Amino acid sequence: MTTYFSKDHEWIAVEGDVATVGITKYAQEQLGDVVFVELPEAGKALSQGDEAAVVESVKAASEVYAPIDGEVVEANEVLAEEPAKVNEDPEGGAWFIKMKVANADQLSDLMDEAAYKAFVDTL
Amino acid sequence: MAEPDAPGDLQKTPLYDLHVELGARMVPFAGYEMPVQYPAGIMTEHLQTRDSAGLFDVSHMGQAKLVGPDHETTARALEALCPSNMVELKPGKQRYTVLLNADGGIVDDLMVTRPRDESLDGHLLLVVNASRKHVDYPLLEAGLPDGVRLEILDDRALIAVQGPKAVEAVAAHAPAAADLEFMSGDFMEFDGISCHISRAGYTGEDGVEMSVPAGAAEAIARALLADDRVEPIGLGARDSLRLEAGLCLYGHDLDETTSPVEGAITFCMQKRRREEGGFPGAERIQAELKDGPGRVRVGFKLEGRAPAREGAEIQLPGGPVIGTATSGGFAPSVGAPIGMGYVPAEHAATGTKINLVVRGRELPAEIVDMPIVPNRYYRKPKA
Repeated sequence: MTTYFSKDHEWIAVEGDVATVGITKYAQEQLGDVVFVELPEAGKALSQGDEAAVVESVKAASEVYAPIDGEVVEANEVLAEEPAKVNEDPEGGAWFIKMKVANADQLSDLMDEAAYKAFVDTL
Repeated sequence: MAEPDAPGDLQKTPLYDLHVELGARMVPFAGYEMPVQYPAGIMTEHLQTRDSAGLFDVSHMGQAKLVGPDHETTARALEALCPSNMVELKPGKQRYTVLLNADGGIVDDLMVTRPRDESLDGHLLLVVNASRKHVDYPLLEAGLPDGVRLEILDDRALIAVQGPKAVEAVAAHAPAAADLEFMSGDFMEFDGISCHISRAGYTGEDGVEMSVPAGAAEAIARALLADDRVEPIGLGARDSLRLEAGLCLYGHDLDETTSPVEGAITFCMQKRRREEGGFPGAERIQAELKDGPGRVRVGFKLEGRAPAREGAEIQLPGGPVIGTATSGGFAPSVGAPIGMGYVPAEHAATGTKINLVVRGRELPAEIVDMPIVPNRYYRKPKA
């Protein structure tokens, strides 16, 4: 499994042709207390940059964008009942969606963990 | 609300360095760099205020005073611009009011205190919104008669301490604070520093607002934060607290088109003023008092978990759009999303089922009484 990171603070863990997508620890810190997550339904086709989900913190709503093209195969239903999991375990159990990777070439535009850490340090 | 200035133009309050030291996330707000939250986060800060006490820097708000020859003259001067009874405001008492435009629209909402001290007869202390200083001060100056002047107090900071343990914590340094009644204030010493402390706030909780010399603000804040009962609270939780308490945020829930009757704040209009008029827009406001307003501010609670924010349309289920949300968010003390907005008076009854339209989805909600979280202001025990 290889994990990639986007400049929009998503992580994408790819195993075979399935990518699990969530938001990074840095993103959840910036959002603050998450109170609601709106997720897409399985079967929805997303293009890179499309709005994939919405995270609502106490203060504001923020969009989560599809980091690559692909069809949603599963949304993490746990987040509907326990949105605060996004704050507790953002890079583990609080994944948002699993997507079928449509264009593996797009992964090369993303960062690895070291590059993402360096990117966050510039913010 | 006024648009935030360019980042370089942002002002800092006397507590700026302390906020940074405490790890606050600073954001532009009404021309100031203000703490939106500290590391504890909005949810924890909100509940801390409801359970114990929170310290808020509200130094961005405008502090000013009207100075005239005697109370009656100064009070009458202010009455010409607002619909409240200022003449009969007793020494040491405080009142919430609004400045009105010629159409009866609200220019700003503000707190007015008549100093208790007889040597300050003819003074009225004002606290106005940060975002409206640039409108309020010229309006006041233009509207005051000869002999009554506006003095802007920009050498003072304003610190709010709110919550069930707030007054205990403040009284450890300023014992006289414990004797204040709700909506009253007085000059007193806090660890030897002269302050004006009033028993009021904007969270629905008991607590005080302390007008302090700018140079002493940090020492006072540090003294209070050294108390285990008190934690620093940012603007994020201030917003969720006031929303639960049903209190309006100017520029969102009130603006120059809204009258006090539409805004459901007619408690700021005492009997004599309602009857006599004599304030800007009296014709409209008195007609709304008599016949009811066309639209009115209501509170709502959503059935699901998704919040509806400012700007969300309000619909009757299956029907037309009837209004717009003016504030909205997750209410930590309710555990559900709530908000407020304007609807036609005929649809404003408590219990009315409505939908909030969020990202094209219709979220079911119900109109509820405000405050949504009951307020716990201090009431003097009956003797």
